[in-house]
Amino acid sequence: MIPSAFDYERVDTVDGALASLAEHGDEAKLLAGGHSLIPLMKMRLAAPAVLVDVGRVQELSFIRDTGDHLAIGALTRHRDLEVSPVLAEHAPLLAHAASHVGDPQVRHRGTIGGSLAHADPASDLPAAVLAMGGTLVAQGPGGERLIPATGFFRGFLESVLEPTEMLVEIRIPKLTGAGWSFQKFTRRAQDWAIVGVAAVHSATHTGVGLVNMGTTPLLATAVVEALEGGASPEDAATLAAVGTEPPTDDNGTAAYREHLARVLVRRALQEAVPLTVADD
Amino acid sequence: MSGTVSVQIQVNGVPHADQVEPRLLLVHYLRDVVGLTGTNVGCDTSSCGACTVLLDGESVKSCTLLAVQADGCSVTTIEGLACGEELHPVQQAFQEEHGLQCGFCTPGMVLAAVSLLCETPEPTEEDVRRGLEGNLCRCTGYHNIVRAVLRAAKEQP
Ligand SMILES: Cc1cc2nc3c(=O)[nH]c(=O)nc-3n(C[C@H](O)[C@H](O)[C@H](O)COP(=O)(O)OP(=O)(O)OC[C@H]3O[C@@H](n4cnc5c(N)ncnc54)[C@H](O)[C@@H]3O)c2cc1C
Ligand code: FES
Ligand code: FES
Repeated sequence: MIPSAFDYERVDTVDGALASLAEHGDEAKLLAGGHSLIPLMKMRLAAPAVLVDVGRVQELSFIRDTGDHLAIGALTRHRDLEVSPVLAEHAPLLAHAASHVGDPQVRHRGTIGGSLAHADPASDLPAAVLAMGGTLVAQGPGGERLIPATGFFRGFLESVLEPTEMLVEIRIPKLTGAGWSFQKFTRRAQDWAIVGVAAVHSATHTGVGLVNMGTTPLLATAVVEALEGGASPEDAATLAAVGTEPPTDDNGTAAYREHLARVLVRRALQEAVPLTVADD
Repeated sequence: MSGTVSVQIQVNGVPHADQVEPRLLLVHYLRDVVGLTGTNVGCDTSSCGACTVLLDGESVKSCTLLAVQADGCSVTTIEGLACGEELHPVQQAFQEEHGLQCGFCTPGMVLAAVSLLCETPEPTEEDVRRGLEGNLCRCTGYHNIVRAVLRAAKEQP
């Protein structure tokens, strides 16, 4: 399978990328790790006229502790998240979720920014970023704009980014010492989640993200409201499928996914919640 | 639209300069332009790992990478591992532990293992199984492959 023909530009800076996007508008697509886009192009489900390769924009590959939050460059690869000591200390959920994306070869290339911008409900990192209450930083012709993760995903494979905008950074509040859990249900190693759950719980923040339970990555808001209202993790987990619209496909029906979500959220909360309740 | 782009890629230590179409996949560049056919295409959908090569030392699936993305980089294929007649320790261990049958997955499996051992020089069996999750083998049932990688890890200099 070979993609249809396109023009290729490689840029080394954010400014260069924004200039290319401004010139080509929605004819162009950014190429980061290419591990969502190239498969789509090979299947001819995507056929951009211009590819703007941002894979070497070094200024966007970083993981920084800025005091109250962590700042992660959009082009940071899954492998770098997986082994980052900063994430291990302050956001182990994200490092762990990254270590379950695809396989080592995929993690050597794929980026966190590409994973979010691609807005695939079956992706692992968006659910983790949602659960942690992350904020995305986009840069465009009008400057920088901050988008809470909860307002970023618009529809299936669709985010609120404009064609002339680029995701440059992901900000995650530091939740040092918080309880957390990542549950990914697959039939075989390396597969995408049939359903996944990313949960984090501390004295100040509780978040539960769902993988593959709708047209976008989702938050299980009913679960969190129940917990905040004093429900036990087991009772709260029964609300895991409220407000979701899971797909039916070869891996399972919508009803099966709803059941899985309740089971996995229960497991996730049992793992994430008691830890911090004990130190509250 | 789309003329050609010039790329300079070191393949197994040998510099190559070529004009390529941007849509040329790295695996086709290696097989058809450079003429090294050790890298196999299995699934062509990023799933099986048969096309695994090292890009600047890290395992990647060359069916999911454009040749232009490797411009300025160094690529190692299965042809580049042995030192003259002397097999690479991972190749040697695959031979000794019978880590292959038909051999179709082997180039990718060996390169994935080399990358794994670079990152995790003293892996547990679990590390090896997880580390090779991107590579499928229809023949061996994996046990001998895992043994081979553990043996190579022990025998590493
Ligand atoms: C075999 C295989 C298995 C996989 N398994 C999983 C899995 O289990 N879980 C999982 O979560 N993911 C999985 N993935 C997807 C992988 O995580 C991708 O790397 C990721 O979804 C996309 O990141 P990328 O950097 O490769 O983006 P690309 O493919 O380069 O880009 C994806 C999209 O995002 C846009 N984009 C990229 N970067 C930016 C930016 N900075 N600003 C604006 N737009 C941008 C591109 O234009 C494109 O539309 C798998 C992929 C493969 C090939
Ligand atoms: S041919 Fe590339 S992963 Fe199967
Ligand atoms: S040895 Fe035949 S596919 Fe692995």
